[in-house]
Amino acid sequence: MKFAILVSEGPYTHQATDTAFLFAQAVLAKGHEIFRVFFYHDGVYNATRLTTPPRDDRNVVERWTKLAEAHCLDMVVCVAAAQRRGIVDEGEMKRNGKDATNLAEPFRISGLGQLIEAGIQADRLVVFGD
Amino acid sequence: MLHIINKSPYDRPAFDSVLKTGEGTILLIEDGVYAAAKGGAVEPKLKAAMGKFKIYALTPDVEARGIADRVIDGVMQVDYAGFVDLVAENKTNQSWL
Repeated sequence: MKFAILVSEGPYTHQATDTAFLFAQAVLAKGHEIFRVFFYHDGVYNATRLTTPPRDDRNVVERWTKLAEAHCLDMVVCVAAAQRRGIVDEGEMKRNGKDATNLAEPFRISGLGQLIEAGIQADRLVVFGD
Repeated sequence: MLHIINKSPYDRPAFDSVLKTGEGTILLIEDGVYAAAKGGAVEPKLKAAMGKFKIYALTPDVEARGIADRVIDGVMQVDYAGFVDLVAENKTNQSWL
């Protein structure tokens, strides 16, 4: 079965990103497919490569990127939410005249249409937020 | 319909809102699992809803909150794999944020 996941909470906030990650892991462990993980609102903070959590804490961003790399997951960050919160890739840096980027690989920035498409293409869309 | 509740019934009205929908399956996760604790003010409400709703609670969240030894009888517990199965079995799901 094809799953899509929407994450609308930032890391280290409450529990939604942890639940979403553990759910995603379980989906893959069961042999299902994840069509896309979409990061919206404060969820876009899951995509910054500049976090340095304490060593004895989980590294939320790294955890997502490793899972994505291992399973070729499509992880999409909402562009409007990213612009508001300073999540920047090469294209956004040039377009908005910024002096740096911070988007972790393999996240990509795109529009809300990607969420709608995920809702249409996947058999199930599960929302994690606060 | 699978209703996913991640808020404590003592904090937000999500649990009450779900009960008003009439019937279905409920999965309590995160702070939502407090609805499944014996002795709480919500217990009679949850028990009354059992005829119309199948009620599940996510075991890791139950354990993290120290209420594993006082989960109301009849509340079924699942792990993350069971969470995935519930989503797959139910054609639709709603997270009550």
